[in-house]
This record gives sequence, structure tokens and C-alpha cells, in this order.
Amino acid sequence: MTTEYVSPEGLRLDGRRPHEMRHMHAVVGVVPSADGSALFHMGNTKVMAVVYGPHEVSNRTHQLHDRALVRCEYSMATFSTGERRRRGKTDRRSTELSLVIGQTMEAAIMTHLLPRTQIDIYVQVLQADGGTRAACINAASIALADAGIPMRDLVVSCAAGYLNSTPLLDLNYQEDSGGGPDLVVGYFPKLEKLSLLQMDSKVPIETFEKVLELATEGAKAVATFMREKLLENTKTLASARGHLKL
Amino acid sequence: MLSNKSFVRKTRHGKVVKVVREHYLRDDIACGALFCPTCDKSRAKLRDTALNIVVIDTNVALHQMDLLENEVMSDVVVLAVVLEEVKNKNLSIYNRLRTVIDNPLRHFFVFSNENHKDTYIKSLPTETPNDRNDRAIRVASQWYQHHLGAAKVLLLTNDNDNRRKAREDGIVAETVDSYVQTLGKPELLDLVARSDAMDVDVEDLRPNKKAVVYGEHKVMSEITAGLHNGRFHQGKLRVNRYNPFEAYVGSESVGEEILIHGRQDMNRAFDGDVVAVELLPQSSWVGSEVGKIADRDDEEEEEQVGLVPASADDAPREFKLEDGKKAAGRPTGRVVGIIKRNWRQYCGSIEPMKMPGGSGGTVQALFVSADRRIPKIRIQTRQIANLIDKRIMVSVDSWEPTSRYPNGHYVRTIGDIGDRATESDVLLIENDINSRPFSEAVLACLPPLPWSFSEEEHLKNHAHLKREDLRHIRIFSVDPPGCRDIDDALHCTPLPDGRFEVGVHIADVTNFVLPNLPLDVEASQRGTSVYMVERRIDMLPKPLTEDICSLRADVERLAFSCIWIMSSEAEIESVRFTKSVIKSCAALSYAEAQARMDDSRMMDGLTTDLRNMNRLAKIMRLRRIERGALTLASPEVKFEIDTETHDPLDVGMYQVREANMMVEEFMLAANMSVAGKILKEFPSCSLLRRHPEPTPQMFEPLLRTAAAVGVNLDISTSKALADSLDLAVGDDPYFNKLIRILATRCMTQAVYFCSGELSYPEYLHYGLAAPLYTHFTSPIRRYADVVVHRLLSAALGLSSLPEQLRDMPHLTSLSDNLNYRHRNAQMAGRASVELHTVIFFKKRPTDEEARIVKIRSNGFIVFIPKFGIEGPVYLVGKEAKGSSGSSNDGMWEVDDEHQIIRSTDGSRTFKVLNTVRIRIEVVEPQPNRQKLQLTLIM
Repeated sequence: MTTEYVSPEGLRLDGRRPHEMRHMHAVVGVVPSADGSALFHMGNTKVMAVVYGPHEVSNRTHQLHDRALVRCEYSMATFSTGERRRRGKTDRRSTELSLVIGQTMEAAIMTHLLPRTQIDIYVQVLQADGGTRAACINAASIALADAGIPMRDLVVSCAAGYLNSTPLLDLNYQEDSGGGPDLVVGYFPKLEKLSLLQMDSKVPIETFEKVLELATEGAKAVATFMREKLLENTKTLASARGHLKL
Repeated sequence: MLSNKSFVRKTRHGKVVKVVREHYLRDDIACGALFCPTCDKSRAKLRDTALNIVVIDTNVALHQMDLLENEVMSDVVVLAVVLEEVKNKNLSIYNRLRTVIDNPLRHFFVFSNENHKDTYIKSLPTETPNDRNDRAIRVASQWYQHHLGAAKVLLLTNDNDNRRKAREDGIVAETVDSYVQTLGKPELLDLVARSDAMDVDVEDLRPNKKAVVYGEHKVMSEITAGLHNGRFHQGKLRVNRYNPFEAYVGSESVGEEILIHGRQDMNRAFDGDVVAVELLPQSSWVGSEVGKIADRDDEEEEEQVGLVPASADDAPREFKLEDGKKAAGRPTGRVVGIIKRNWRQYCGSIEPMKMPGGSGGTVQALFVSADRRIPKIRIQTRQIANLIDKRIMVSVDSWEPTSRYPNGHYVRTIGDIGDRATESDVLLIENDINSRPFSEAVLACLPPLPWSFSEEEHLKNHAHLKREDLRHIRIFSVDPPGCRDIDDALHCTPLPDGRFEVGVHIADVTNFVLPNLPLDVEASQRGTSVYMVERRIDMLPKPLTEDICSLRADVERLAFSCIWIMSSEAEIESVRFTKSVIKSCAALSYAEAQARMDDSRMMDGLTTDLRNMNRLAKIMRLRRIERGALTLASPEVKFEIDTETHDPLDVGMYQVREANMMVEEFMLAANMSVAGKILKEFPSCSLLRRHPEPTPQMFEPLLRTAAAVGVNLDISTSKALADSLDLAVGDDPYFNKLIRILATRCMTQAVYFCSGELSYPEYLHYGLAAPLYTHFTSPIRRYADVVVHRLLSAALGLSSLPEQLRDMPHLTSLSDNLNYRHRNAQMAGRASVELHTVIFFKKRPTDEEARIVKIRSNGFIVFIPKFGIEGPVYLVGKEAKGSSGSSNDGMWEVDDEHQIIRSTDGSRTFKVLNTVRIRIEVVEPQPNRQKLQLTLIM
């Protein structure tokens, strides 16, 4: 018998309903020495993002005269999964994720305002429980905002899948291993545009549309949460500088 | 609220990792009571009028399922923790429980206690998982009491400890027994399974009072360790259909089947149980001593007369007595533990017994199952007088080592013993065939009746189907006489250039059976129509089966057509598939079609078409045989049934005419063409049918028999086998057919499978010598064909493929079910024929010619061609066999190599394939167990 990812009572394995996300938690500015940093939790998936820049391009040959160079490095902590294993930064998965996250962030950053500079984004997964890709983009987005880098819009991300003929929002590791499709979107909430869409499996177009819609809805919810957190952070900063009386 | 569950788990590589999972606790989980003032009532089921809201614990669900299925149990709360435990322990009980829960009339409600913020509990440091779950059940019951008022909620548990603790917590708790007693329906008490916990209350625990009959089962941890270090072997136990004291465990670790000999070594395992087996020392392996017709005489059991096995799956197991292995024997073992039980409900009757004085008291009785592989089951009943001459259904509850027989309980009565309808029902139940009428929901999916074709509706409104109008073509159908579910029709139009346009038109069932509606779900579960001798159990409701889909003559019907252009030499030049509308001009029977072809005076168009088709079919058949297709023979019998009494009037072999072969040939061609098309479009999710190549071992019995009569068979390829079968001509005309019949039963059956699961060479259909094959031509009576219709329709771009059909695991489980249903339908059909054979011969003992097909040490097996039955003939009297136990008793000698049995004085000799005269009669050695007996006419 196949696993019941959604019980007939409408609950998922971890007690969520199909359209519910995991608990989110975000802390802005966790690494004071960096220009921007953030910690982002999506349930048990915990990700830290650190941003340096804009600064001078370290390797001159890579310098771009009309825009900023955005570099991203993704890694997983040795202790991020149940089985502790040293993970390289150059394996296929990490390279791919570095590129995906980097490109998604680059699309949001107004690079043309910062020519001949470099922006470094480091994302590290502290604990992995499915949906690391989305969590990394969200963390990086907050860190970029923290660093004060000009962006077109916040870029938010959320994943959705399809198991037991039900679209499920924000899959955890157990559901991710269920073999169904896992679709990740990057989304500009203000512009209402998608900047990233990834999925590795074949699904009928009707299903795809449902899952995509769900993922986008999820992304909007992430955006609301993220704005709240950033606003909260800005208020704290403002009051610290005496601009705002709390 | 959020909580984390963490536990440690071993990975495949043996590492221990800590797994942490989120566990969300909610405040929006409804209690499910319709009268609850606070909770959401959209899914509520528990009624205000109910006497009690009953909460059950896991063991009640596991052991008292028959009671729960009875409609007196309603307004029951099934906790999520209970469901989860049941699911892990016994999937079939879980499915039954789910069915009850899904039934809106039963008012069973699932309460997700594990995700409710007030009822979720963490296990205490010293608590075992079982104790924790018991506590969770108590906490949930308490919550219900608090939530709905204490008087209403009742916890049912047979566990004394749990009940005591519950009462301490102020929960009203009862045992199942006492609860059922309060319902005031004493007959229900028979449904209550007896459990140890209940016995403890009444029986004193005198140790060693009872003799231990069987060895103790090893505990699970020991079994796991034993399996790991290779001391034990795991596998599914299969009891020999022909000798219930012999069983086999197919073990991967040993590489061949382990033989289990005798009830003692089977150690309380039932057929189908997954068991752990320990090999016996090689010295006690069973060698050549096996092979007697009936083995033990501690219970009167022997081989039955029955229909001829149709394939290797039905045939009695044969030992491979190769010379080298003879001394060593076969790996023999004994069961040391049962990993997974396969208990189900069994049909049978009470063993005749002396009636105790007085009625109403509890009586112990022995139940004898209709399935010979099942041991007798001891049941307790208060209504013995009612049951003694009935066919009843019984469930097994337990089997203690101290008990010779398993304990069970009565489930329900089927009907009177000997009544044909009852016996038929028994066959259906035993083969897990759903013969209930279709439900309202299913019938609601039918199109409005009377249905008729409308141009507006089917040609214009559904233009995307590109349905072709083929009504002008001369299409006809050829079927068995009296066939009501006509799912195929044919046409054959000569083209001006000498070629032919040949079409096979199949009822367009998928136009009416839409995916995932109740009708479709029901059909996919039934899998196939079942043909019993006196009735037919349809896969689809009657209006579809006999009218709307049936391609009857002179009415317009929707079809799915496969149309070839063939050269005059029957080469397929092109093929196309299309949805169509046809109007059959004639529904012929095989005999009618044959008569038309044979009657040289008839020159009308239809007859010419028939003759053309027949000519093409013959060429195609020849070509197929050249490719290596086997012409196998399985004797099919046909009864002539009295329309009034439904008693069989006459029985005879089914006559195969050229017309039959003609239709068959085109059906095969259509199936092959469709298989190619759907596989091309859907390489990983096509439903195909394959026939695995038999292994040389499977041919062993055939080769031995053939060698004994001086025929040499080449089994290297199907082609070689087909050729050597053609050459195997004896001195009488039936000889060849007999060899073919023997060859047929060496093969396994063809099976459905999902193309993504296997690689291309494995798709082979051995018997047809076709690289690809599927079923397309009978969607009215087979669900596989419905699936293939959908695949083909999607392959043509006429419709989109339903989602489940793209899902490989789903398709695999679907094909497993279809194989299971298909096989059961065949078994039921055969059993039905056997039943009618007994009824037929009861009134008329008959002398008939028979052929010896196998020599055994105390007799031989004969096959009676005229009636298609096969059974043992004993040369050695039963008394003699019982007294000495040695095989020959000095009167008969067996020459195994030449398959000859001769009397020691040399006066009589029987050789395999010889003709003997046999008397067929019905005897009743035990009451209620009628059977056919074959005796040699000296």
C-alpha cells in the first residue's frame, strides 16, 4: 500500500492541512560583522544567509563595467541532516543551488545602479527538512534587504507538491521523499511576477496549474510575513538611532 | 501549537540516526458529534440519539472486526492512534475498518487525537509505546467525556489493566462481551471473538494442564536475528491445494522452495502467512517417499476429482525428482514463527456432531472449511441447532500451542448445505468475488435510459473525439450462442486492388465509464465479469453490459475501431484507430457463421465477407504458428442447463469451430496492434499482458511422461516446442491433443503488468509468440481493456490520460488487482463447473473411457476427455493403505522411469496415456462432503 500523505480526515503526516505552511521564523541581522544577514526557519528547515557588499570586485577580470557582479555560495552544514556527513560546496547539488539562488537574487537586485561592484551571498543550511531551496531564497532576500542593497522587489519563494491527488503546500522532507512533483517558485509580490519556477517531474498540465497556483499563494503569505519582520527590524533600528520613539 | 517528535532510526547502512519530525497540534479538530455546541459539524457523524458514544481501543479493532461490521455497532469513535496501530499490525483489518468508517450509515468517526492540542500526549520516560498508546486512548476518552458529558462516552477494551486504569480516571469502560450483552441480542455474542484477556477472567490458570501440541513461536526479535544470521528463512507459506499436510515456502535465501511436511512442522501457519522457517538437518529431508496420492491418514483427506488444471498455477505441485537430487531430497523445514498472518473469513460447515441436550447454551463445535488448505476451526456458538445444516462463515481469532485447532468465531450464515445457490455463493465468497448488486452511486453514473445514438450528441457535440460514421459499412458480430454482452464486431471489405479493409470494432465502453466516478471505481475493483455455469456476475451494470455497450444487430452503437489495410496474403499494410459509430447488420453465433461459410449455395455479401475473413485468418494463424505460437489445448466443458430447475442436463466438450478461430485471430491481431500503439506513446505506463517463458523445470513432468511413451519434446524455444508437439502423433487421434493438454498445464498464466516495471524483452507473450500483447477487445467484461481503451484514446490525442494511469505505482497495483481478480474469476468458474459436475453425476453414475496421465505409487491419475475431469484412481484399497503405510503393499509395482504400474503377478499393467474404463459416481464419505469418485472397471 502506498503511504497516506493526506489522511481521509484531511491531515498530513505532521498534522498540517494540505494548504498550510509550516511555522516561519526570521531573525534579521544575526551576523553583525556582515553587511547583511538573516536566519530563516521554515519548520525544521533552518537556513542562514549572509551578504557582503557591494564591495570592490576581488578578481578584476570578473568585473562588469555596467552592473554589479552577484555571487552566491550555497552549502549545507555537516550537521544539517540526521546522518552527519561532510558536504562539499562543489558537488552537483550545491553548484546547481548556488546558481539558482544567485540568479534569482540577481534578478531582484538593481545591479545597474552598482556598476563595477561585487555582492557576495552566502547561504548555509543549518538543518534540512525539505524545502531548503525556498528557505535559502527567503533568507537571502532578507539578508539583502538588511544589507540595504537596492532591489526591485522582495523576492520570496515557496514550494508546493502533489501527493495522493492533493496539492500540498510547503513539503517537508518526508513528503519530499514521497516521489511526487516538487515545484518551487520565486515570486515578486509587488510586481506579481514569477522569477523562478523549478520542477523536475512530469505532471499533467491541469495538475501543474493547481500546484503552481498553490505555490504562488504560499509565496504571497511568505511575503507578508517577511515584510512584517523587516518592518519590525527597521523600527528597531530607527528607534536605536533615535529617529523613532517607541 | 508545535511539538517535535524525535526518535532514532537505523539507516539501511546500519548507522543510527536521530530523526526529528515536526508535529503540529491543532485546535480546530472537531469531535464529530452532531449535537456538539462548539465544534464544526461539517463532517460530524455521531448522533444525539445514540445510546453511547463508543470509543474502541486497538485490540478491539483488531480482533472484533466482525462485530464492528455488524450494524448494531454505531456511533463509534475511532481514534487516529488506534487507526495507525491497526494499519501497522494488519492492513486487511485496516481496510475493513476504513470501509466501515466510509459508510455514512454506520456513524463511525475518526478523531485525530494525535493532532489535537488537548489529547496529544508525550510518552513518559519509562513508558513502552503500547502503554503510551493505551494512555492516549484513555486521555482521548476522558476528553470526550468532558466534551460531551460523562454519561454518554463508553470506552470498549478487553484489556483488564487498561480498563482498571480507565475506571480510576473516571472513564466508563466495558469489555466487549459485557457491552454486547447489554445490547440484548444474544446471537451477536457469537460474533465476539474470544480473546485471552477474556479467558483470564473465567478460566483458572492451571499451568501445564493442557498438553502442548505445537512448538512455541519464537519472539519477533529472535526471528529478526535469525533471519539476519541466516538461521531462519522468510517466505510466504503456500499449502498444497491437493494435500493440506504439505506446504511450501518460497524463500529467496535458500533459492528454492522449502518443503514443510505435516501440521506439526507447519506449526499453526495458515496458507498465505508470511513465516520464518528453520531448515531441518539434511538427513530428515523428504526424499522420494513423496508422490503418493494422499499422504497421511490421521485425518481423512485425499486428492479430489476435479476439473483438469488449465495451467501450471492450478496443477498440483510436482517434485523435481532428478537423479542427482533423489538421495538428498528437497530442503525441508519447519515453521518457527509467523511474521504476518493471512487470516481471513472462511466458508464451510460445522462438523456433524451429537446435539447436546437443551438449546441456548454455549456449545463448542468444529468448523470444516470448504477450502481444504484450511484446518478445522473450533468455534463457540449458542445457536448450534440453527447452524448444523448451514454453510457458515467463520473468522479465526487465535491458535494457541496447546490447542490442536485454531479458535474462531461465527460470522454469518450463507444458506442451507447442498442448496445450489448457497454452494454457488460459497464459491463466490471463497474467491473474493463481489456479487452484490451495484450501489445507487454506481447506478447514478449510467446514462439516462433508454439510451440511443444521436447524431447531434455524439458526432457534433463531441467533435474533438473525431468519431467516424461507419454505419454504412457491413459490420457483423460472431459470438457464442445466447451471448448478450457483445463487445466485438468485425467487417471485411474487399478493395478494388485486391487488398482488404478489415476492421475490428470494440464497444466504446469508456464513453460511458468515465474515470474516477463510482462506476469506474467499482468496475476497477471487480476487475472482470465472472462466468459461473448458471449465472454471470457483471463487471458493469446490466444496462451497459447488455444494451448500451453491447454491439447488437440493427442498432447504432458507439465503438472504438481498429482498421487495417491487408494485402490478399494477410500482410498488415497499415493500421488506424478511430472512435466510431457502427450499425451491426447481424449478430451471428459461431455455429451460424460456420454454417454460412460451409453452405456453398450462399453467396450474399455477408457470407462472402465471412469467407474472406476466414481465409485471411487462416493465413495469419499459420504465420503466427510459424513464428512459434503454441497451439495448446485445454478441454473446456459446457453444460446444458435446465432453464427451470437450473440443473445440468448434459455435459460435453465445448466445440471449437473455424469461426471461433477466425474471430480469435482478429482479436489477437487487434490486441497486438493496440499494444504497439500505446507502448509507443506511453513507454512507461502502458498496461500490457505478458506470458513468462516457462522454465525447463516446469516442463519436467511433461518431458517425463513424453519420454515414457517414446515421444521426444524439444522445449528450447516456443517454436521448437510447437514443432515437436506437432510431431507427437501417436497411434490414436486423441494422443496429440492429450500431449497438448499436458503441455498447457506446464505453463503459468499470462499476467497484466505496467510497462515501466519491466524491460522490453520481458514483455514477451510466450504462448502467442508475440513480443507485445495487451487486452483491448473485451472492455465490457474486463477492466484491463477499459484501461487500454483510455490509453489508446490518449495516444490518439482524443482525450487526456487520467492522472492515475500516468502513475506507475498506481498502475502496478491496478494490474496486480486485475491479475488477482482474473485468477479468482477463473477459479470460481472452474469451481462452478466442478459443482455442477457433481450435481450432474449424482443422478447418473456413468462409465466412461479415460486416459492415464500420471502414475502414482498407489494408483494413477486419469483424465476423462468427455467431461474434462481428472482424478485419482486407487488400485490399492484404502484399508490396505491405512494398515501398512508402505506404498505398494506387494501387489503393485511402479516403474517410475517408464511410468508403468503393474501388478506383482504380472496380470495387469497400466502405462501412462493408456486408455482405461472408469466408473464415475458421487459418494459422500462424510456428511455434507459430496465428491466424485472414480473407480476402475476391471
